[in-house]
Amino acid sequence: MKETPLSACERDFILKAIEEKKRLDGRQTYDYRKIKISFGTDYGCCFVDLGQTRVMAQVSCELVAPKESRPNEGIMFFNIELSPLASPAFEQGRQSELSVKLNRQLERCLRNSKCIDTESLCVVSGEKVWQIRVDVHMLNNDGNLMDASSIAAIAALCHFRRPDVAVQGEEVTVYSPEERDPIPLSIYHMPISVSFSFFQQGTYLLVDPCEREERVMDGLLMIAMNKHREICSIQSSGGIMLLKEQVMRCSKIASVKVSEITELISKALMNDKTARKAGGRCGFAESMPQERITALKVDETPVETADVTEKASSIIKEAEAPPPTAPSPVVPVPGVGQVGLGLQNTWGVEEEEELEEFSSGDDVEEVTKMEEDERKNTKGDVVEISDSEEEEVVILHPEKPQKAENVKSSFHQKGAPSSKKKTKQKP
Amino acid sequence: MSTTGGMFAVLKEKVGQVLVPGDEFCFGAEETISLSESAKPERAVCGPGLRRSGDRLVVMKSGVLRHKPPLTFWIDSQQKRYVATKGETVIGIVTARAGDTFRVDFGGSELASLSYLAFEGATKRNRPNVQVGDLVFAQFLIANKDMEPELVCIDGSGRANGMGAFGAGGLLIKVSLGLVRRLLAPNSDIRLDLEQLFPCELVVGMNGRVWVRASSVQQTLIVANLLQSCDTMTTQQRQQLFRRVQQGAL
Repeated sequence: MKETPLSACERDFILKAIEEKKRLDGRQTYDYRKIKISFGTDYGCCFVDLGQTRVMAQVSCELVAPKESRPNEGIMFFNIELSPLASPAFEQGRQSELSVKLNRQLERCLRNSKCIDTESLCVVSGEKVWQIRVDVHMLNNDGNLMDASSIAAIAALCHFRRPDVAVQGEEVTVYSPEERDPIPLSIYHMPISVSFSFFQQGTYLLVDPCEREERVMDGLLMIAMNKHREICSIQSSGGIMLLKEQVMRCSKIASVKVSEITELISKALMNDKTARKAGGRCGFAESMPQERITALKVDETPVETADVTEKASSIIKEAEAPPPTAPSPVVPVPGVGQVGLGLQNTWGVEEEEELEEFSSGDDVEEVTKMEEDERKNTKGDVVEISDSEEEEVVILHPEKPQKAENVKSSFHQKGAPSSKKKTKQKP
Repeated sequence: MSTTGGMFAVLKEKVGQVLVPGDEFCFGAEETISLSESAKPERAVCGPGLRRSGDRLVVMKSGVLRHKPPLTFWIDSQQKRYVATKGETVIGIVTARAGDTFRVDFGGSELASLSYLAFEGATKRNRPNVQVGDLVFAQFLIANKDMEPELVCIDGSGRANGMGAFGAGGLLIKVSLGLVRRLLAPNSDIRLDLEQLFPCELVVGMNGRVWVRASSVQQTLIVANLLQSCDTMTTQQRQQLFRRVQQGAL
């Protein structure tokens, strides 16, 4: 599906607004949108919200043979998925130009900056090393996917724990998380990408462009930096000439933004750690904001409950009295006696015998009885009427002979009378 | 009681309440058609969100049930996906010129076609001045699930009637279809609140696109952001926010 085209009036308006130092969402030129970092229930799963942009990163690990050129180094693998989930313009399964660009930038940002100690991922030199795989999924695209995915990827890597391994001679044992606590990766620093978009041939500069601003911009500069103000990668795209002063200014802005974001990530990691340690509620579901559409909210409907009791009792009074049944002592099976005063034991009654006796002729009568039962239950008891003949319900609780007006049918209707009687006995 | 009166009485009782998909209305057992009386069939109109299934009426969307006399029922819901309907006016973006038609994106599943003769005063020699990327306010002439939708910028008598190309200096925003319908309703409360802020121009398309222009960029942005936030606010919250804007800004 094609992307919604950008109309000429939007383009003009955005450019005019930028000239007046205004942005669509009311931000200042150097402002980031609201960043929210949350973690899943598993280790190594991180969600990042950057305004409306939403990205998920998942880290996983695997024991593989190392590359021949580097026998004692672990392998890092980065993968960015742009699915139609994020934007209808993204196609499933095909490597688009954008996804290659993002993937390359993420690799440069995280692998080439050597922020992760790959040598600690070696298990047996030349034979087994850990391969750490980072999958970044775009969930919603509202611009600046690169910054969101770099934050998500590094936060997920910091959050990730790999299983512990022990090497004894030739034997390698991988311990499950229950046996031994999993080990975090050793991360030296956190490179974070900051995007700058340029308008009118570099006259105007914006930090963290949103989707519509990205479509209007002339050029993009992405600077990946860590909090020690070391530039990890820098990339300019869009074919725009930048002056040295502009790049210097951008790197200054980036250093401020990076230190803020790093702080945010460490705080999010700390919060998650304390929540996990306390055994409290953690994970993605807990961090979901309660977004409710309240525009059509209806206040609670008042329900008249004043005369419910009278009404119910009047209905009961009006209802036909059930046909009186004599509390005859029923001996279901020869040899079964009664336990207690006036109570009737139904333990061990063979249901089939009763069924054979009654099931043939008086279905109609049973139906009328059931209707009566229902009428009496207008107060709101739940009456379960099961028609299934296969089902066997042995009534275990004793029945009072006076109330057991339809003892006969109690075997026949099975669930219905029993549930009713339970509720009657409660008060 | 007429043949279908019972069900409609129940329906009318539920007007203004929230219904969810799967809710059903059906004829009661006693509402059988009598053969002796001459049965006068009552016709009801089921709007969006309601569907007839046999002798039942099934709710298809979650939202508030609305009713318009005599017997028109629909569900007021908050959806974003637009399905073209004949006669509705929408805001489209001209994406291409193909022969003697424009291809217009209106936010639906496919592009609509708009003939260049379907503008007021347009003739073969006098073509309308519409460029790719322009906004058009147009009406659906054909909106059919099996055919390409067709838009026109004239009414039945050949007048523009407010339609045509527009859009210089304003901002286009996207809101939910429910909000659009609330904006277009007669005596809409959001519109009344908005009027008290400052003068602004609004073009509201049924496809969820709203074009805003006020005297300055700042004011246009304020109106646009207010409208976009209206979806998730109650009336009190909205009035509070509008009052704050009135006092605080400008």
